[in-house]
Amino acid sequence: MGEAVAIGTRRWRFHGGLKLRHWKTLSLERTLATCPLPERLVVPVGQQRSGAPVPCVRPGQLVARGEAIALPSSPDDVALHAPAAGTVRQIAPAPVIGRGATEAPCITIDVDPDGPDAFLSPITPWATTAPAALRTRIREAGVAGLGGSLVPTAGKIDAAGDSAPTLIVNGAECEPYIACDEAQMLAGPERVLLGAQIIARAVGAAQVILAIEDERPELAERLAESAASLGDAAPAIVTVPTVYPEGGEKQLIRVLTGLEVPGGGTPLDLGLLCLNVGTVAAVHDAVVEGRPLISRVVSVTGRGFGAPRNLEVAIGTPVAWLAAQAGGYTDAIRRLVMGGPMMGVPLAHDDVPVTRASNCILGLIAEDITPTAPELPCIRCMECVRVCPAQLLPQQLFWHIRAGSYDQAANHALADCIECGCCAQVCPSQIPLVDYYRHGKTELAAQRVEQERATVARLRFEARSARLDRQEAARRERLEAKQQKLRSARDRKAEIAAAVARARARKQGNDEDL
Amino acid sequence: MALAIVVIAALLGLGLGFAATRLPEDEDGVVASIDALLPQTQCAQCGYPGCRPYAEAIASGTAEINQCPPGGEAGVAALAELLGREPVPLDPAFGEAGPPLVARIVEDRCIGCTLCIQACPVDAILGAAQRMHTVIEAECTGCELCLPPCPVDCIDLVEVPRAGGVHVLPRPEIPIRLEARG
Amino acid sequence: MRTFDVADAPHVPAPTSVRRVMGDVLIALVPGAVAHVWFFGPAVLVQLALATLVASVFEALLLWLRGRPVAPFLGDLSAPVTAALFVLCLPPLLPWWYTVIGMLFAIVIAKHLFGGLGHNVFNPAMIGYAAVLISFPLAASSWLPPRELADGVLTLPQALAAIFTGALPAELSWDAVTGATPLDRIRSGVIAGEMISELRGDPIFGDFGGKGWEWIANAYGLGGIYLLWRRVISWHVPVAMLGTVIVLTLPGAVLDPDTNPFPLAHVFTGGMVLGAFFIATDPVSGATTPRGRLVFGAGVAVLTLVIRRWGGYPDGVAFAVLLMNMTVPLLDRYTRPRVFGRGR
Repeated sequence: MGEAVAIGTRRWRFHGGLKLRHWKTLSLERTLATCPLPERLVVPVGQQRSGAPVPCVRPGQLVARGEAIALPSSPDDVALHAPAAGTVRQIAPAPVIGRGATEAPCITIDVDPDGPDAFLSPITPWATTAPAALRTRIREAGVAGLGGSLVPTAGKIDAAGDSAPTLIVNGAECEPYIACDEAQMLAGPERVLLGAQIIARAVGAAQVILAIEDERPELAERLAESAASLGDAAPAIVTVPTVYPEGGEKQLIRVLTGLEVPGGGTPLDLGLLCLNVGTVAAVHDAVVEGRPLISRVVSVTGRGFGAPRNLEVAIGTPVAWLAAQAGGYTDAIRRLVMGGPMMGVPLAHDDVPVTRASNCILGLIAEDITPTAPELPCIRCMECVRVCPAQLLPQQLFWHIRAGSYDQAANHALADCIECGCCAQVCPSQIPLVDYYRHGKTELAAQRVEQERATVARLRFEARSARLDRQEAARRERLEAKQQKLRSARDRKAEIAAAVARARARKQGNDEDL
Repeated sequence: MALAIVVIAALLGLGLGFAATRLPEDEDGVVASIDALLPQTQCAQCGYPGCRPYAEAIASGTAEINQCPPGGEAGVAALAELLGREPVPLDPAFGEAGPPLVARIVEDRCIGCTLCIQACPVDAILGAAQRMHTVIEAECTGCELCLPPCPVDCIDLVEVPRAGGVHVLPRPEIPIRLEARG
Repeated sequence: MRTFDVADAPHVPAPTSVRRVMGDVLIALVPGAVAHVWFFGPAVLVQLALATLVASVFEALLLWLRGRPVAPFLGDLSAPVTAALFVLCLPPLLPWWYTVIGMLFAIVIAKHLFGGLGHNVFNPAMIGYAAVLISFPLAASSWLPPRELADGVLTLPQALAAIFTGALPAELSWDAVTGATPLDRIRSGVIAGEMISELRGDPIFGDFGGKGWEWIANAYGLGGIYLLWRRVISWHVPVAMLGTVIVLTLPGAVLDPDTNPFPLAHVFTGGMVLGAFFIATDPVSGATTPRGRLVFGAGVAVLTLVIRRWGGYPDGVAFAVLLMNMTVPLLDRYTRPRVFGRGR
């Protein structure tokens, strides 16, 4: 772990990136509101990663809001909590949107809007509470990276330990349309600022900063006011140039510190702890209100919705319900996307639930969507190389994946691709590059698993062969011993016979002599 | 001039001679490299009692590289690449490539005879005499060697998703209008 | 439940297309083409029309033969770009069937036999040019003298007649309408032992390079700046190429000005500027890494100078580009950029 890096006033550039039209004000015209509960919530368990939580409720069971409904199966994971009170209807696979999978086990809850709450007890005053107790609370409350990674925050914070890292709160939402963090900061800046202070106490952070994009002056003002009221301990508000994908953790760190997170490493290698605004607000709620992670802010935006807005949404709320709260679909809507326009996943239908990773539901009209110009062969124009923030050679990756040379793609650092979509955006041949990379990455993952299984099978086969050889050797040894014995018995007989014969011969000879 | 050419020729000759004696991998290395490309199902469809023996046979030149159905055409291609040979189609005499399989024992029919346990090349079947047997699915290679010895035909082979269910996202389709008419 | 159509990300309008890129190249060629017409007459326009037509016919025919859809590929404008670059490299009064043969080599052999758009190893226009130059060296290097040196440029009907029938107006002969290019003149002059200062007195030389030629080069430079501004090309190749020319020729010109032309003469004569902005920047047959493009540009410059100085042809840009095309896989392999967060 590196020595904590102090963040000064100098700003750096990262390679590539794009200036994109922002579209943020579309949803920010309306203030953040709480989305009413639907009749039924569908909470996905165990999509995304292995070692996921295991349901600990049964169908028919009554649950209170905030009660744990799935427990972690590994120490790296955290529990899931009931986003609303009600009755567990079923635990069965249902359609979800996650990395690749189209179905995942889900806990369906029939919502009882008047049901009880079962929150944890608030920790007050947190400013004098031991850091260890704060860390335990963050774990208990199931806080996970709401920027989309869903990495349990407790894991990051425990890894930081008492190393006194520099805490960076990432408020640089760079992808067009997405404004959930900004809406949250505008509606309750003190939640975010206090949350950052709580985490700073939990890890003993030396410096705390909140980074936002420089094209949001209103937001900067609002945060500065709020920070002033909190006094000296408040996080420093810094602005960074608005370039996509600056909200990427590695890019933001590069801009703030001039350093690069080592490939395959984490910001902690540089003595930095980087958390998303939503995550920090969730930590605040977990400590100050005892409220586990049961909801998140979602931008329901785009010109495909009647009244685009940001909503605080219970996890598991169906997208169709959410759309209705944002003025419903307009006639012009052509595409529905979960996530932003650059990295989002298009939805084939709206009967999927909001997960902890869903930051945006985007309704796009014909004008917004890539005109379906013909996809042509790559002309090697190098635009993708120019914009790639990971400094890769996107067109080489594309050639190798398309040719099925996955190991060559891996050799060209496919794993370092952050799937930001810059390359596909600028491609004159309109090649869906990111989809090739996602295919390549998952194919390589499958090949790795197959390779591991083959290795296990080989070792087991070799172990068995060795054992059979050993048994065979032992058997042969036993046989040998037995034969040895027989032979020696036979030999003794033969010796006796020979002696007898000799004696007889001697006797005969004697007789002849006579 | 002529002398220079003779000297250059001699140097090159020495270099080649050195390379010829030093560079080829030792026998074990070749066998291990071949073995690493085989799918390790240990199914013996190639006519050898396991992947390693088949690798040895390839290395010694007694077996062709197209005798491994589980490896498929991709496996043949990888072997051809390693050995610097021309890829050849899979020999159908040894079987055809199929989807990944695992064995599953129909438990109420199993009589506990242990014959399948002895047949399993990777020790993936658990059980004891007169007790029901079961397959450790994570370690089963789907080699089918347990099927023939079973006296009550209680073992089924079931298709399983590739790589233990790792979801491979589809490769984008090349627009049909850009493909050859065929 | 409402259903929607899905499509690949990103869900943002694409700002560019192959058609736009190629269209920009054509727009950027306009100043150069206009300068050509001014100095050499409307014959250039005849050649442009002829080459574009022939290239499009070959393109369509080959797409059809290869079983590819004709419309999207014909609409990408890559064939007209190849045609225009080919024409601007060759004398305007080239007989029509030389142009047809050039396009045959460019479109059919260099492009489609290698797999069509995006797959050609060599620059198609330069293959066409090289084929014509090697097959018909005399005709392919018989340049007209620019306007200032000629008794007048051929009118459109005269040009048509010359290109399609080989017939010149009664009062003219082929010897009269063609003259040595500045590069030929320098070459033969230096070989004959003339000093550069003496050569400079020849009326075919202007302020930097050849009279007329230097203005054409300026016009290409203007187009190149447009391409840079439109981000159709990156700065790497032009800077590396022109920079290398100046750096390599400066010492010779300073130390021995009598036998070595001044660097700007190298830049402003022949196809150097056209090559730097339009030919060596061809994305398909060029390197795809930033450092690779620097090496590519520098390599083209070095080879061009070598061919100009010691080779058998007066200008070597085309051969230099073709030679460097061969090194592209190697360049791409060894100039991979450092990945973010990783050491070299």
